[in-house]
Amino acid sequence: MKADPMGVLVGAHFLDGDHACCEGALAAGCRMVFGYPITPSTEVVERIARRFPMVGGVFIQMEDEIASSIAIQGAAWGGKKVMTVTSGPGMSLMQEHIGFAAMTETPCVFVNVQRGGPSTGLPTLPGQADMMQARWGSHGDYEIIALSPNSPQECFDLTIVAFNMSERYRVPVMFMMDESVGHMTERVIIPESTEIDIEPRRLTRAQPSEDYELYAPEEDLVPQMPPVGAGYRFHVTGLTHDEKGYPVMNAWVQEKLVRRLVDKIRKNASEIAINQEFELEDAEVVIVAYGITSRVVQRTMFLAREKGLKVGVFRPVVVWPFPEDRIRELAGRAKAFVVPELNYGQVYYEVERLVAGRAPCRLVDHGGGALHDPADILKVVEEVLR
Amino acid sequence: MSQGEHRNPVESFLRMDRMPHIWCPGCGIGIVVNCFVRALLKSKIDVDSVSVVSGIGCTGRIAGYFKVDSFHTTHGRPIPFATGLKTARPDMNIVVLSGEGDLIAIGGNHFIHAARRNVDIKVICVNNFTYAMTGGQVGPTAPLHSIATTAPYGSHERPFNLPFLAESSGATYVARWTTYHVRQLTKAMVDVLNKPGFCFVEAIAPCPTIYQRRNRMGDGLEMMRFYREHSRIANGADTRSLDIEMGGEIVVGKFIDRDRPTYLEAMDEELSKRLGNRYVPYPTGVKR
Ligand code: SF4
Repeated sequence: MKADPMGVLVGAHFLDGDHACCEGALAAGCRMVFGYPITPSTEVVERIARRFPMVGGVFIQMEDEIASSIAIQGAAWGGKKVMTVTSGPGMSLMQEHIGFAAMTETPCVFVNVQRGGPSTGLPTLPGQADMMQARWGSHGDYEIIALSPNSPQECFDLTIVAFNMSERYRVPVMFMMDESVGHMTERVIIPESTEIDIEPRRLTRAQPSEDYELYAPEEDLVPQMPPVGAGYRFHVTGLTHDEKGYPVMNAWVQEKLVRRLVDKIRKNASEIAINQEFELEDAEVVIVAYGITSRVVQRTMFLAREKGLKVGVFRPVVVWPFPEDRIRELAGRAKAFVVPELNYGQVYYEVERLVAGRAPCRLVDHGGGALHDPADILKVVEEVLR
Repeated sequence: MSQGEHRNPVESFLRMDRMPHIWCPGCGIGIVVNCFVRALLKSKIDVDSVSVVSGIGCTGRIAGYFKVDSFHTTHGRPIPFATGLKTARPDMNIVVLSGEGDLIAIGGNHFIHAARRNVDIKVICVNNFTYAMTGGQVGPTAPLHSIATTAPYGSHERPFNLPFLAESSGATYVARWTTYHVRQLTKAMVDVLNKPGFCFVEAIAPCPTIYQRRNRMGDGLEMMRFYREHSRIANGADTRSLDIEMGGEIVVGKFIDRDRPTYLEAMDEELSKRLGNRYVPYPTGVKR
């Protein structure tokens, strides 16, 4: 399916990441957003509030992030493509409903323009310390998908991907921007709607009946969704439920349900994966970086190559599920891994786990508030090569 | 189970495959369920256009027993979920059925803001003065001096007067009945199914297992007797006068029935005025 031309602002624009994210949502077919203002994400909802009335959409500024994160799910079951937008403190409040979306398999997109934390932290400055929260923040076991754009162009392109993945796998998708990406202005090319692929809602082919099963999975473990108000008389609950959707309180139903929720992402991980690789063919040192830091390390790689050091960059664009197989492969041939991130070690520990002692791994941590100095990362590269 | 010709007309609206339900004998929640089904029958609206949204608690289990598209959401959040559902499907009738702990304590902020915006949803609140499912803790409407597990020497907090809260927040319809007043309660539900805007019905209900036992108020039947003897019908009463005291009078009635533009109507009016022909109206599909 192609994008609805009404939402696609075709042309070349100068946009910051926040505004580009809004345009991506519009192109993806999102016409319903519930949000609450918070720096540095507010520009996304401000643009939505301006643009939506001209494309037949509705934006409601809710009373808080808790309300926003559940209102989108009411709208999703009402048939809409939905999103909410926030930053760290708001994300903390939304965790309850990330779990609800995972449990009820509600397609929805959560945009987190990350800032320095913990708590109120650094409202106007960047951080990447919500990566593990994005993955594990709500209680219980579940899997989500997280994307990490590094430019305004990607804020447009990957927002569309985020919507498509949320529809395809029926999961909450975390769109992990950060303050730098959100507030940097660059050229953004928005293509014709005929060039934009849209994943439609996976609507059920079953007819309404007494034995309709709301959560009967397809072969890829994802169930189809019914339209509301069409006679299916389905029941949605955050309690552990059987395929009919009815609550059942025992370990067997729990095992069947939660294993499927986890497996529908883990078993489809290779299909979900998006990575970028730079000069890895001969690389002795692999720098693993995502989001804004994946741009900073381009400079490190350039400086290293000038010095004759064989350095390459591996960038997970989809951070969760983590590209485990690819890291394991690289671990078989690289001499060392260097992982810079704007936190004190989150994705780093994933890399270390997968490298599993086959090569030294070094974290280049940073508390946020600014970006890494490429030269600092280079120093670590030189150390591991010594 | 009843068969064939003896089938209770209520059954076709309930998920009979989920019976028996979890509620205790003498619990008022079943009466509220019964009234709501009868209201659906009376109002003759298409059942498939109705969706029930609940939160968490004894009353929160209501959604699971109604044979309509039903949503059992998180604690305190049925109102914002319903706001999303209603906004996506303005042609549907969205009913929130939940308890006072869910709607007024943890969900209190959502309650007042949905009423303020006049979101077109119907909120039916079963008020049994306690957190029953977790064993009887003090709640936002617990009368002064009532005993609860977390107020073992009696509550010293001032309780909310729900009709007053609903009215001052902006609800278009406000009523209170007890489960003794089944006819009036059913009528109030018929009213709100047909009334646009944020409508609020408080259903005062016995919880014999937890609240009454702890406060030595007798069983379900005794509570019905209490409601009969201690209720006073005062339609149109000033909602400021509706406080409930331990063992005191319960003023019931329809207090508010007024018209205000709903959220989507107000949005549509403002945007069409401001944007003129640049405005692409959100297709609400509502015919009124
Ligand atoms: S505990 Fe109270 S409210 Fe809950 S089902 Fe029993 S009587 Fe009803």
